[in-house]
Amino acid sequence: MKAFQYVRSTTAKSAIEALAKDPSAMFLAGGTNLVDLMKRGVTEPDKLIDISRLPYTKIEKESSGVRIGAMALNSQVADDKLIQEKWPLLSLALNAGASAQLRNKATVGGNMLQRTRCGYFYDTEMDCNKRQPGSGCGAKEGYNRMHAIFGTSEHCIAVHPSDMCIALAALDATVIVQGPKGERKIPFADFHRLPGDHPEKDNTLEKGELITAVTLPDSPYAKNVHYLKVRDRTSYAFALVSVAAALELDGKTIKSARLAMGGVAHKPWRLLEAEKALVGQTVSEATFQKAAEVAMTGAKGYEYNSFKLKLAPNSIVEALKIAAGLTA
Amino acid sequence: MKNKDEKIGGRMSRVDAVLKVTGGATYFAEYEVPNLTYGVLVPSTITRGRIKNIDTKKAESAPGVLVVLTHVNAPKVPAYEAKEPSKTSSGRGPGMMAFHNDEIHFNGQPIAMVVADTFERATYAASLVKAEYQEQKHQTDLKANLAKGNVPKTNKSLQDYQRGEKDAYKTAPVNLEEEYVLPSEVHNPMELHGILAQWDGPDKLTVYAKTQGVKMTQQVIAETFKLPKENVQVHSQFVGGAFGMSLRVWPHEIATILAAKKVNRPVKLVITRNEMFTIAGYRPHTHQKIGIGATKDGKIVGISHWANVQNSNYEEFTEATVAMTKFMYQIPNVNTTYRVVPLDICSPIPMRGPGEATGAFALESAIDELSYALDVDPIELRIMNYPEKDPERDLPWSSNYVREAYKMGADKIGWSNRSNQPKAKMEDGMWVGYGMATGTFGAHRRPATARACLNANGTLLVQSAASDIGPGTGTAMVQIAADVMGIPANRIKFELGESNLPDAPIQGGSATVASVGSAVHEACIELRQKLVELSGNALKNAKVDTLVYEDGKINSPKDRSASITYAEVLKRNNLPKLEVTKESKLSEDQQKKFAMYSFSVHFVKVHVHPTTGVVKVKHAVALADAGTIVNHKTASSQMMGGAVGGIGMALTEEAVIDHRFGRYVNNNFADYHVPVNADVPEVDVLFVDKKDPYTTPMGSKGLGEIAIIGMAPAIANAVYNATGKRIRELPITPDKLI
Ligand SMILES: Cc1cc2nc3c(=O)[nH]c(=O)nc-3n(C[C@H](O)[C@H](O)[C@H](O)COP(=O)(O)OP(=O)(O)OC[C@H]3O[C@@H](n4cnc5c(N)ncnc54)[C@H](O)[C@@H]3O)c2cc1C
Repeated sequence: MKAFQYVRSTTAKSAIEALAKDPSAMFLAGGTNLVDLMKRGVTEPDKLIDISRLPYTKIEKESSGVRIGAMALNSQVADDKLIQEKWPLLSLALNAGASAQLRNKATVGGNMLQRTRCGYFYDTEMDCNKRQPGSGCGAKEGYNRMHAIFGTSEHCIAVHPSDMCIALAALDATVIVQGPKGERKIPFADFHRLPGDHPEKDNTLEKGELITAVTLPDSPYAKNVHYLKVRDRTSYAFALVSVAAALELDGKTIKSARLAMGGVAHKPWRLLEAEKALVGQTVSEATFQKAAEVAMTGAKGYEYNSFKLKLAPNSIVEALKIAAGLTA
Repeated sequence: MKNKDEKIGGRMSRVDAVLKVTGGATYFAEYEVPNLTYGVLVPSTITRGRIKNIDTKKAESAPGVLVVLTHVNAPKVPAYEAKEPSKTSSGRGPGMMAFHNDEIHFNGQPIAMVVADTFERATYAASLVKAEYQEQKHQTDLKANLAKGNVPKTNKSLQDYQRGEKDAYKTAPVNLEEEYVLPSEVHNPMELHGILAQWDGPDKLTVYAKTQGVKMTQQVIAETFKLPKENVQVHSQFVGGAFGMSLRVWPHEIATILAAKKVNRPVKLVITRNEMFTIAGYRPHTHQKIGIGATKDGKIVGISHWANVQNSNYEEFTEATVAMTKFMYQIPNVNTTYRVVPLDICSPIPMRGPGEATGAFALESAIDELSYALDVDPIELRIMNYPEKDPERDLPWSSNYVREAYKMGADKIGWSNRSNQPKAKMEDGMWVGYGMATGTFGAHRRPATARACLNANGTLLVQSAASDIGPGTGTAMVQIAADVMGIPANRIKFELGESNLPDAPIQGGSATVASVGSAVHEACIELRQKLVELSGNALKNAKVDTLVYEDGKINSPKDRSASITYAEVLKRNNLPKLEVTKESKLSEDQQKKFAMYSFSVHFVKVHVHPTTGVVKVKHAVALADAGTIVNHKTASSQMMGGAVGGIGMALTEEAVIDHRFGRYVNNNFADYHVPVNADVPEVDVLFVDKKDPYTTPMGSKGLGEIAIIGMAPAIANAVYNATGKRIRELPITPDKLI
């Protein structure tokens, strides 16, 4: 690991200023992703600005919706009574991620900005446009079992690894950021980006911006929800495919639906068309299958991940069945 | 002795448990000697070729750096000069001559070691070393190189084998021929590998090692550096798991010793988790084919077994992949073929159940497949083809209770709930399947020596240079001594893991209790006899064979007054202590008379999700026919650990290489999946627990290897029973089942 300086900020202002002054400085929150990347030489900041003590750790009910501080711990959010009652999908998704130890350390802001787990990104001896723009994509013709089936570009087929973010995408979250130019709000769908010609950019955060909170609007999805994570072992593994499913039911009729997938794209993959296909329909396996079919439009597999073309729709159906209470 | 758990067959808790859970057990990496320095390796980034130039300047001028060791400046190694890196008498030498020349044999091979005053500084400086290479075309893909397999030169038992007619399965009324593929797996014990080396003089060396044999390490180092053996002291009292990876001295250990010479200070090397994959061995990726044929009523008439095994390009590694096929069932026509496929990768090293675990996956899957083809219960099929004698060598079994184990396991798992038709049952929306498989491993016993020393206060010190990589060796030895001597366990101490102790073999091949335990047993028997001889008239001419040894005393059951404490015997004879050193081994005659094997049977119940392909092992039963179980508690833990390893083998573990570059792409604990608690169901461990009359004085046979052998095929068989899908390429990940 390259030697670095460490400074601790106690206000957003001083953190943002410190970052602005130093082009290779980075924020340090829980450190569970950043420190790993530093050890592997993937990221080499010369200064870490510790923001974990900034006062954005609360989960507060607002006149409509909830505001979750960016430094709230993953475990804290997952265990929060209000979240469990009103936005249980978020709690389920958080608890499907990483391990208890990591969730006790990881923050909401850090979770959103965690980087891909693509092996070619992690190995500095291999080609990776995300790590080193222009070097090529090692995964496209390499071992791409974990990789994307939606929204890839010729430069990058990596996936976004977060579970929490899949729920946030489904629940129409908004990201609140502060930067040198003041505060701005980014709708969650616009926060992460597809790789396109710039896979080095995971998101639309601008240099020097600090995430201070995530807000969720009031939601009718307190009951019929499920986060299904299909993975290679029962816990402590990233998703092959995951599905966040939320249904608002009126008897057997679907009043509204929210669906997003993880493990399939460079960003949380919201399934707006599939949601539309569900609205007004009667709860049934056939309905869910139709939605899953719609969801798969445009999917494309690579050598080792083509199984996702089948696993993804199967998982959508399964998640919806569980959310609707159709399974044993 | 009042405490039954301290007798052979008891359930004594580990003697070092408190030390281990309180941090009192010191592992090699925890030793802090004066003037200590830290080594960090620099890996090759190409897979085959030569180092053209290696630029160490930046690293050398980095803060805290003492030296950057490379092939250019490394002190000479006598054995390397003679070009015999593995020709140590044990064959457990480093094999590859790191830092001796410019050759690159595999990606990740150490090309330099940075030594600095702190680990962090060494790590940073290592990132500054840059090499230029002359790259050659490399081969790491086993599948693409199957045609290049060689007949093993170093292992006679793996030459082509034929009994009866060749490929007789082909003409059998019911037959099948299938390929079975095992990926390479990495031992990944919790403790990282490494060594601490310190020169105490120009020809005297002390090392703190992570080894499965202090004597082996001592001997390899002595021979490699041409030093008198006694000048090399090896300490390794605690080992944080090994599973086979520490059965040799690795090149990076030799390099650390060289570095210590160069800086004239002690050097500690602890390799990284990534390097655990690249430079410290693995279970080799193996392609197998089995052809098996039977009569319509289930008599197996022929089996052929081919194995192609991944290997390095600089030495030959073999393991007994096709061994079990020759004797597990009564089959008249058998042929086996074993090929070593040299590739540009580090050498494999035995991993728990070496060879047999891989072979059993193929054989026991094939037997299961045959049972469906015949429409007969797989247990029935096995019993129908049970060999009354070892069909390979035509010898009687020393003991073989595998049929009893089948019965016990079937009862425990609820085998009667199994349907002979796949895809017949659902529970909670999941397909339900039952599967079972057999495992076996040679009941090895090697020569070993133990010293038993009775002190004036009646306490006993027992010593042997054994290792304890986790099974609870020290505990078993105390128990054996306590049983024979009738001394309470808390008055007995067993010392191991020091090269100056009496000879013990490596801890490998499940042979420690059989080897060292027998030596302890015999030493204690002899010590008892000496005490009787020295007891004067205290025993009032009681017959020697009626004497009872209990509570630190010799007693005659006939006459209560005929009794004397051990301490009293010593006192009366004016002896400060009484010591016996005993070498023990199984006579060659005995070995030639019997086929000695341990057996295991694994039963599992699985759930498989019909649309996501997720497999959950719901219940596992692990059975062992390992003779008398010396300690039921530690033996149960062994069996459970093996079952967990088997779950990893079956469902999650696979080390993946990108063959374009010859580099691993998942060499870390996030991407290489060992089972977690949530993957592990209730594991019931059952022992046949019947004495083997011929193997050891305790009647025990080995246990460590069979604990894993057969678990993976049991799961694969259960998955087939659940889904009707036969997965012949491990691991059985969800993608393979949808
Ligand atoms: C072995 C392992 C397994 C894992 N498994 C899973 C899993 O299954 N599912 C899953 O979802 N996650 C998983 N994770 C990832 C884990 O969720 C993330 O590491 C964690 O959420 C990151 O949070 P952190 O606070 O530690 O971030 P840090 O590591 O501190 O920071 C991450 C990045 O975010 C930036 N940053 C942090 N906070 C802010 C902020 N407020 N404003 C602006 N920038 C900020 C940092 O500069 C850095 O670039 C796993 C991690 C590991 C190590």
